[in-house]
Amino acid sequence: MKAEGMVLLAIGCFFGVVALVYWFWSNETSGTAMLTGAFLLGLLPGGYYYWWSRRMKPRPEDDPHAERAEGAGVVGAFPSSSIWPFVLGIAAASVGLSLVFGFWSAIVGFVVAGGAVLGVIRESRRGGIV
Amino acid sequence: MTTLAARTEDLLGPPESEHGPSGLLKWLTSTDHKVIGKSYTITAFIFFLIAGAMAIVIRTQLAAPDNNIVSQHVYNELFTMHGSVMLYLFAGPFAFGGLANFIVPLQIGAPDMAFPRLNALSYWLYLSGGTIMLLGFLTTSGAADFGWVAYAPLSNSINTPGAGPNMWIVALVLTGFSAIFTGVNLCATIFYLRAPGLTMFRMPIFTWNMLVTGILILIAFPVLTAALVMLWCDRNIGTHIFSVAGGGVPVLWQNLFWFFGHPEVYILALPYFGVVTDVLAVFSRKPVFGYKGMIFATISIAALSTSVWAHHMFTTGTVLLPFFSIMSYLIAVPTGIKFFNWIGTMWRGSITFNTPMLFAVGFLVVFLFGGVTGIFLASPPVDFAMHDTYFVVAHFHEVLFGTVVFGGFSGLTYWYPKYTGRMLNDTLGKISFWLMFVGFWVTFMPQYLLGEEGMPRRIAEYLPHNNWTILNRISTVGAYMLFLSVFVMCVNFLEAWRRPVPAGDNPWDAHTLEWATSSPPPHHNFYWIPPIRSERPVWDHNHPDHTTLYEHRPRPGGRDLVGAQAGRSAASDPRSGFGGTAAHTGAEAESPGDDGESGGWE
Repeated sequence: MKAEGMVLLAIGCFFGVVALVYWFWSNETSGTAMLTGAFLLGLLPGGYYYWWSRRMKPRPEDDPHAERAEGAGVVGAFPSSSIWPFVLGIAAASVGLSLVFGFWSAIVGFVVAGGAVLGVIRESRRGGIV
Repeated sequence: MTTLAARTEDLLGPPESEHGPSGLLKWLTSTDHKVIGKSYTITAFIFFLIAGAMAIVIRTQLAAPDNNIVSQHVYNELFTMHGSVMLYLFAGPFAFGGLANFIVPLQIGAPDMAFPRLNALSYWLYLSGGTIMLLGFLTTSGAADFGWVAYAPLSNSINTPGAGPNMWIVALVLTGFSAIFTGVNLCATIFYLRAPGLTMFRMPIFTWNMLVTGILILIAFPVLTAALVMLWCDRNIGTHIFSVAGGGVPVLWQNLFWFFGHPEVYILALPYFGVVTDVLAVFSRKPVFGYKGMIFATISIAALSTSVWAHHMFTTGTVLLPFFSIMSYLIAVPTGIKFFNWIGTMWRGSITFNTPMLFAVGFLVVFLFGGVTGIFLASPPVDFAMHDTYFVVAHFHEVLFGTVVFGGFSGLTYWYPKYTGRMLNDTLGKISFWLMFVGFWVTFMPQYLLGEEGMPRRIAEYLPHNNWTILNRISTVGAYMLFLSVFVMCVNFLEAWRRPVPAGDNPWDAHTLEWATSSPPPHHNFYWIPPIRSERPVWDHNHPDHTTLYEHRPRPGGRDLVGAQAGRSAASDPRSGFGGTAAHTGAEAESPGDDGESGGWE
């Protein structure tokens, strides 16, 4: 976890320095704002990972001498199939098209998207349709 | 929940066909990263063919002066959609949606991407966005025709009215969200689902590059999405963010767009740098030369690429020239390190020139030229002269064609056996490569000369007395050669489909974890993984006398050290060493009545 945190922190710090130099050299706001955003995007998750890395034992994937059996146990949930991402994608496209052709398709899109979100939640509680 | 299987027999599990639906429903509902990766690859390749067809029409139009194969309006639509489809729908999604989706979980020993359903949603957003973009051609005003960069005020509702440009905006928002979700998924997968022993500095370079690409996506794409929302508001609800008339600032669009646009170039390039690094090492039968230097070069390129956006805007007169020029020059340093390491990887290696290796070496040559002409353009005085000429067109095609097409074909032919379990025909692959390599230079070298002679980009016609005819005609011949090359590659895919030649698990004697499993891999990827003691676990396992790390090599009369011992014990009983993420059966994920902690969507 430490390496992950350090990579993000390094990227964040780089943008912090560049944002400072850019601001004082150019006095241009939009670029400075975006560089500051990039600085925070590295700093926040990077700081979070680094903070945790100092409070936990190295995970098996962080330990160069880890044995394969150390990865035993629960890893995560990996549903094999679900129709809801497809439905949600179509609903999102329908909402998007409303920005071109009128708001009637947004109504359809939001209703279908709501159904898809409910479907996903139910599916997660059941462990996924697989 | 997915848990470790208790016994070896449990690992074998039911065959893949028993997991979920089959046929069309499988492609609609699957959340398996391999199926989604294949869907992305096929879809992106189809978009590549469509955008390539547009390029052929463009080149045919320019083959003669005063040509009228298409009208000027249609020509504008064609070059806009050629750029948009190639960049937004082919180059990026082919890498981070296709290759990375399929390969990254395999390279790190993971059973799937971290958020499988989010992964599927990414694909459907991408497909629907791409379809909406192309459907713009069917509207009465035609598709978007303001160039792939949509500069204000050309992209406002007075200069480019109609539904087509609005559809372009919506399509980019949808594909932008798709990319952001994929970026999140890639970072989470690489951070949390690596196999035991696979530390960050043992990951294959391709996976490293995809991690950095994921971070770049998260930096760049939200800016584009925000800018597109502003553009839509300007066009449709009367805001004046980018229009002078209402107190807005047109050049703000360029700042926002290029803050996305330049990292985007590296979002497109870095994955293929990773492909080529892996391919060069495998076909030279050597570890990557300067492994850590390669990683730091990748991170440096990514960081610098986000600090050079305004070098596309030198001629606007509103940007800080020395800052952006210096930062642009600096990118040459890590890129030079990469070239040095690529050559070092091949140096004194036992090289075999199979199709993937040919494309990788072709990439080196082509990208070098594109990179060097990029150094020219980083100099403001040169850029003032060359801006918006065919010199720039040739430069970015050398960079992007070099990485995306040469690198992409290298990756596709390298991993095709893993995707399908079948080999491609090497002879057809080589024919395709040579047609592409020669065709590439014939197409783009004349464009440098045309740029020097002052031919502007994005013009549908020129006059006979401009004396640009011969060079344009040569360029068009080259474009047809490229078309032929892609056709031969398609024939190769067709042949592999009609007359399959089984590939085996590791036909290239490759190094990294994806080659430790079967081709194509089983459900949840691995029944067994080798011990991971270096960045080349499969090589170390298969060649215990030539392991990657010196201290792991057995010495005559001395004691064997950890890596070699682990490799041998595993070799004596291939299934003895199962464990970790290799041993997922997915049993709990499939059982109803789970405790509600199912991830994959959060």
